[in-house]
Amino acid sequence: MNNRTSPLMRAYLLVFLLYLFLPLLIMGLATFNDSRFPTITPWNAFTLKWFDALFADGKMWEALWSSFVIGLGVVVLAVPTGVSAALLLQSVHRRTRTVLYGVMVSPLLTPGVIIGISTLIFWRERFGIGGGPLLTIIAQASFISGYVMLMVAARLERFDRTLEEAALDLGATQGTVFRRITLPYLAPSLIAAAFLAFLQSFENYNTTMFVRGVDTTLTVYIASKVRTGVTPAVNALGLILIGLTILGALFHELRRRKASPA
Amino acid sequence: MTLLFRRHGWPLGVAMLLIVAFWIIVQVVLPQILMIDFSFRPNLLPSEIGGPKDAYTLRNYETLWANDVHFAIFVKTIAASAVVTLLTLVVCYPIAFHLAYELKGPKAARLMLVLVIPFWINEILRTFAWYIVLAYAGPLNALLVGIGVLDEPMRFLDGNGGVMVGMVYAYLLFMVFPLYNAIESLDPAQVEAARDLGASWGRIHRRVIIPHAKPGIATGCIMVFMLAAGSYAVPALLGSPNSRWFTEIIYNWFFEGGNWNQGAAYAFILLLLCVGFIFAMMRLFRVSLGELTR
Repeated sequence: MNNRTSPLMRAYLLVFLLYLFLPLLIMGLATFNDSRFPTITPWNAFTLKWFDALFADGKMWEALWSSFVIGLGVVVLAVPTGVSAALLLQSVHRRTRTVLYGVMVSPLLTPGVIIGISTLIFWRERFGIGGGPLLTIIAQASFISGYVMLMVAARLERFDRTLEEAALDLGATQGTVFRRITLPYLAPSLIAAAFLAFLQSFENYNTTMFVRGVDTTLTVYIASKVRTGVTPAVNALGLILIGLTILGALFHELRRRKASPA
Repeated sequence: MTLLFRRHGWPLGVAMLLIVAFWIIVQVVLPQILMIDFSFRPNLLPSEIGGPKDAYTLRNYETLWANDVHFAIFVKTIAASAVVTLLTLVVCYPIAFHLAYELKGPKAARLMLVLVIPFWINEILRTFAWYIVLAYAGPLNALLVGIGVLDEPMRFLDGNGGVMVGMVYAYLLFMVFPLYNAIESLDPAQVEAARDLGASWGRIHRRVIIPHAKPGIATGCIMVFMLAAGSYAVPALLGSPNSRWFTEIIYNWFFEGGNWNQGAAYAFILLLLCVGFIFAMMRLFRVSLGELTR
């Protein structure tokens, strides 16, 4: 902080950071409180029993597996889609690009519930496919592909396309150029996009609620627990997920810094 | 288009085209069109489909006007989402300004990394954290009663207040980042010049920084409003039957009322509301779609 920062701003910053982190801290602490309901007031006794309760919960493991499979499905569908979309945008005329771009980012500006609803109606009415993991993957990927497209397009903007032309002039086939030049250049953004896509899928609730059928993802499981009788076992799960997320975020950030030393 | 094939060859070009076409047509455009079509049709028994009753109707839309409870919740959702948006803007502006103008460089990057951490965490968990904080026997009530602000605990989770607090918290970063990006591109010399000419900080914000940050303000407000109006998770966790959200009504049409056509109509109204808000913001702040998503 430099001399331009007033004491008032420092105070505000402190309050803001407390506001951001105190609720998460309280949620974490409540995991270790020996109380039927997750809270830190009153503090009864330190316990680790809620971790045992969590690990013994078969439904939780099923939900975790379901989230994992759906997340992988979304990565497999959304990453190629986003990459193709970004490359296609670069190869069309300006007017077409504006329209196409608008359509591609529209799912990002659409409420998640509407994406879920329209996907559910379309697949049931046209193909007789009801809610389930497959529909969840399709619905989630329809907006996550947009994020992937934006991330890949951002990196593509700084790509020197003469490299491709040079390789073509030297007799490389287009397939080779794609494999040896374009893809390696895009690789850092692909890894970041895959990571983000998985996380987006993993945490999705609004869209998933409409297309899940009877399938329960981890996020749906947590929400239903909170609504129907919550125990600190949910806090234990939250704490583990937060730990993993922070590790993942740090890893992602380190990669990003290595990829673009700016 | 020919450029695509020249660059990547026929097999790859066709594959890319097909993948993108599947996305745009099958995943994005057709479902939206069918949802709208669906919303103008009556809810029929399977045997009646294709029969004389199977005709376009506005009845599903009239329901919203005829049903006082639903209409009140619809208006409440709009008003509350607008308040959430405004609150988020007010809370985030100083932070974005501090990050983009006062810190800059590696220090800003470090603080940004700290701010991003809650954003990486599942929205449900962030909301659950507030569920614990706001609970009747929770720490906030214990604190407020302890220091004598309240005589007895309050039921924070019984009204719209808890839902709105949770939303501001959940969608903060969708406001901070666009604001930061917009303010960061401002040339500090402009602020220095205004100061040298004797402008007060209030005036500098009003006349120099905020006008420059317009696209960021518009983007942030659009994102937060859309997320708030379309949120299902936060009202489901932090609300009660007294503070239902429009999305919850939509959900009920699908999975409790069993009237998908009616639900589709409500969903389309929600979509129109969000699109209307986007265009209103674009006009108000005079920014284009391209500037919004940058």
